[in-house]
Amino acid sequence: MEFTRRDACALGIGLAAAAVCAGTAVPAFADADATAAAIAEFTGGGAMADTGVELTAPEIAENGNTVPVEVSAGDDAVSIMVLASGNPNPGVVTFHFGELAGSRAASTRIRLAKTQDVIAVAKMADGSFAKASRTIKVTIGGCGG
Amino acid sequence: MATIKPRVKVPSTATVGEVITIKTLINHTMESGQRKDKKTGELIPRKIINKFSASFNGTPVITVELEPAVSANPYFEFAMKVPEAGTVHFEWVDDDGTVYSAEKQIAIG
Repeated sequence: MEFTRRDACALGIGLAAAAVCAGTAVPAFADADATAAAIAEFTGGGAMADTGVELTAPEIAENGNTVPVEVSAGDDAVSIMVLASGNPNPGVVTFHFGELAGSRAASTRIRLAKTQDVIAVAKMADGSFAKASRTIKVTIGGCGG
Repeated sequence: MATIKPRVKVPSTATVGEVITIKTLINHTMESGQRKDKKTGELIPRKIINKFSASFNGTPVITVELEPAVSANPYFEFAMKVPEAGTVHFEWVDDDGTVYSAEKQIAIG
């Protein structure tokens, strides 16, 4: 089938929209290896418990450019790292709690390029780690276009 | 381009030992380095706030490392213990080395 000009235009706009979306380029997305490597760097390759950190985020993100997320862990947590496994680079944000932190929790807004798993890894004072993850759906029209 | 201006929401008074909620926002495009200039097709270079920190009377409360995946106009909400009256000091560090800061006083009462 021949590409009509209309098809070519639609394809072009689609690519451009995807490129502007969440400020990411279309071709390259992080793969499971990059995410695993980022986690290993943070944990030193150690095991991660299933409980001990919570990740609160909407199931469906209306706008991939600004997705509210909250992470929280028990009082023995020292830091929490957030990763987006489907973004061009998996690292998103890392919180380090100081002496006067009122709780081991923080909220922020993040960019998600597409539907993916968002992962929170908490590092505890005793050197152990905990992990939580959530799948967040990012709607196509979500980047405001 | 908008001026980069931090905004913070901190209660002006607290009781000793109280845990308060602090909200912070800074206007910043957080240019991820992934977008292309529509006209030239060249990649717009990355320019983000890469670090945020809050301390009270010199003691750290929270330090945050940011990557380009943090949304534009980075927003953070977190809790702080108030041991005494004093000053909360906030700092945001840009990729280009510029440091933006803000301060708020907390009185005991």
